[in-house]
Amino acid sequence: MAEELTRGRQTLDVSMLPNVTFADRSLTWWGTMGMMAIEAGVFALVIAAYFYLHSRSQDWPPGVLPPDLTWGTVNTFIFILSVIPTEWYRRRAHKGDLGAVRLGLVIATFVGMANLGVRYLELRHLNCDWSQTAYGSAVWFLMGLHITHLLTDWVETIVLTVLFYSPHIEGKRFVDAEENASYWYFVVLTWIPIYLVLYWAPRWLRS
Amino acid sequence: MSEQRAALIEQTISTAEEAERARNLERIWAEPKGFIGWFKAVHHTTIGKRYMVTAFAFFLAGGLLAGAMRLQLAFPESHLMSPDLYNQIFTMHGSIMMFLFAVPMMFEALAVYFVPLMVGTRNIAFPRLNAFSYYLFLFGGLMLFAFFFVNSGPDRGWFAYVPLSGPDYGAGKRADIWAQLITFTEVSALAVAVEVIVTVFKLRAPGMSLNRIPIFVWGQVVVAFMVIFAMPGVVVSSTMLLLDRTASTQFFNPAVGGDVLLFQHLFWWFGHPEVYIIFLPGTAIVSTIVATFSRRHVFGYMALVLSLIATGFVAFGLWVHHMFATGIPQMSEAFFTAASMMIAIPAGAQIFCWLATIVTGKPVLKTPMWWVLGFFFVFIIGGMTGIFVASVPVDLQVHDTYFVVAHFHYVLIGGAVFPLFGAFAYWFPKITGRMLSERIGMWSFWLFTIGFNITFFPMHILGLRGMPRRVYTYPADAGWTVLNQIQSCGYLLLFAGVSLFLWNVWTSLRRGEAAPPNPWQAGGLEWATDSPPRAYNFLNLPTVNGSEALWDALPDQPVISGLHEDVREIVTTRIHDAEPDGRDELPEPSIWPFIAAVVTTALFIGSIFRPIAVSIGAIPLAIALIGWFWPTREESERRRRRDIWQKS
Repeated sequence: MAEELTRGRQTLDVSMLPNVTFADRSLTWWGTMGMMAIEAGVFALVIAAYFYLHSRSQDWPPGVLPPDLTWGTVNTFIFILSVIPTEWYRRRAHKGDLGAVRLGLVIATFVGMANLGVRYLELRHLNCDWSQTAYGSAVWFLMGLHITHLLTDWVETIVLTVLFYSPHIEGKRFVDAEENASYWYFVVLTWIPIYLVLYWAPRWLRS
Repeated sequence: MSEQRAALIEQTISTAEEAERARNLERIWAEPKGFIGWFKAVHHTTIGKRYMVTAFAFFLAGGLLAGAMRLQLAFPESHLMSPDLYNQIFTMHGSIMMFLFAVPMMFEALAVYFVPLMVGTRNIAFPRLNAFSYYLFLFGGLMLFAFFFVNSGPDRGWFAYVPLSGPDYGAGKRADIWAQLITFTEVSALAVAVEVIVTVFKLRAPGMSLNRIPIFVWGQVVVAFMVIFAMPGVVVSSTMLLLDRTASTQFFNPAVGGDVLLFQHLFWWFGHPEVYIIFLPGTAIVSTIVATFSRRHVFGYMALVLSLIATGFVAFGLWVHHMFATGIPQMSEAFFTAASMMIAIPAGAQIFCWLATIVTGKPVLKTPMWWVLGFFFVFIIGGMTGIFVASVPVDLQVHDTYFVVAHFHYVLIGGAVFPLFGAFAYWFPKITGRMLSERIGMWSFWLFTIGFNITFFPMHILGLRGMPRRVYTYPADAGWTVLNQIQSCGYLLLFAGVSLFLWNVWTSLRRGEAAPPNPWQAGGLEWATDSPPRAYNFLNLPTVNGSEALWDALPDQPVISGLHEDVREIVTTRIHDAEPDGRDELPEPSIWPFIAAVVTTALFIGSIFRPIAVSIGAIPLAIALIGWFWPTREESERRRRRDIWQKS
């Protein structure tokens, strides 16, 4: 048939190539990577700005206590533990395991909710105000950026969960499920340095 | 060579089956019709053309503002315009030329239109994001002009330094409007950067391995990476500025631990690579035109590609040379001087490769080639004054004088606008299906080149005589009058050159000679299809056998078969060797990107007045994005029936 279509010319038949491809074989994965590179750049520059402001100051934190450790640390543990169900449903997505992905996404939704709840408590224990000092501005800016990512991924997870319970099941959805997991890893991985900067840097730098 | 080329170009329809396929592809890939249809368009050629026309319109507007400045400066102690209006006009001129013309034109417009054609695919990756990026760019520009016409144009220079732009000195909304203009344009550039990288990584024609990617595409990919790593600098600085002004944060307030130089560091982390974001597409255009009009493969393909990449890297190590006058440590000054001079090495390597191509080829002097010769002349002068200002003692002497204005107009107009007019002359037949007039083209080239040098060369001398930048007038006895008047006359020639170019476009569109698929006998894949390209780009998706796909094609170069032609299906390939790797279905036209752009615009403009607009606007934005991604039931079912999973 291919020859017929192209008048006997040599052809390269691609009809048997897969259209459900994961990780670096899929376009969405590369798109997500691009977005992560941009956002990682933003995080890196805000962290750099934090330390730049520190280098220009006498006291750090200036006249206030560092953020209370409790809730930030609790959230860090939730983030780290969330990797287990996420990795599970990510791997099952490769196999097209509908039941596992549905369950995994529901768990991910609840985990995200827990993170957001604890995040609210974190905000109440930052011990600084963004309008009082440049230190406070930097702390809230960094926190705000991470919350934006957390919220975005949480809404995305909910939308995807709904799609997985709708009649829209197809190969592409499983690729989306994997991308959702990758993006969650980005949220987790960026939190670790941010946690160290927000909670520990002021303690270590206080001398 | 010509019959080999013919084998691949053969996108012509000669059999009944092909006519049937072409009709079918046309139906599947056609843009929606009608008024509403205009807002649903997603094909890269449509969006690319819109980017070009819009960015060029902003270029003309910025050029008219330059004319207003030249008129004001033509006479000493002139009170034609107030200092306040003059501040707005030079800020608008700089911001428009950088954010609404140079980057959108050199990167977004050219990459969106040409990269998918040059790599041999049917659309850009993420076409809806592409449409979204265009509307944001357009709305950002319109917002700027809307505020300018109600006397709220930004007035603190194109870089809006604090504290001048901060809450204490920048009263009104002018600096906020600048900050949000940046947000609009940066989101649009970042979106296109991701699309371009994914298109080049995954959608290249089979056989187009890394060492066969056209230099133009290499240039745009390097630029896309630079956009991704540089733009966050201005994202962060303009957001901090806006927060300081509207939400009382204290990033730049030294009284409570803030620091004004933080703004400059972040801004120039972006601002310096920005220069190369504008310039590298220019060099990539030059490499393309020089090869075509020397009738040979470009000399030193590998050296050219490595120079592009090296420039991309080194560009990130120079930003502090914009801050030599701020009292930074001597050690940094020494480092950044050395780094700044180092950038001359890859620039020089490229220039020698082009000269070698021309000398060893059979040069044909058509208008595009003349613009390239103009580029050599103008850009090399700019590069030499660049070496002057990279040196700290010279920089301190000429900082904030017209010498710097002369330098950056020589590198930016020389490095970007000359190649751009060359690119228009070269690709106009492809985009419109009409040839431009060579005769009028030569007139506009000479008027522009002579006018440019008369306008900008005297600025070197004025700067050395001590005339500062950004002053709305000067005393009659300063010794600056005659040179300023010469410059203003030069502007008239520049104006005439650009007007003639527009006239050429206008008349050629109406009664220009019809353009064949490959009027210059060039080697790139964009010439393998009709002028203008059909809605589906290629009837038979090509494969590639060399860096100049058409010149290097085998007599029986294969084409791709086996794609579903009842949907927008394309073939994906592996990054390094471009072996076929999979198939993917690109999305249909949709109104949602436009709606999302309108909501985003409301959010951005609202945030100038009330920070809470961001939180409120996030809700409709989320709804628009969900609408954008929500599949229809039929398409999900159709795909599910045909899905072939990868073997893990």
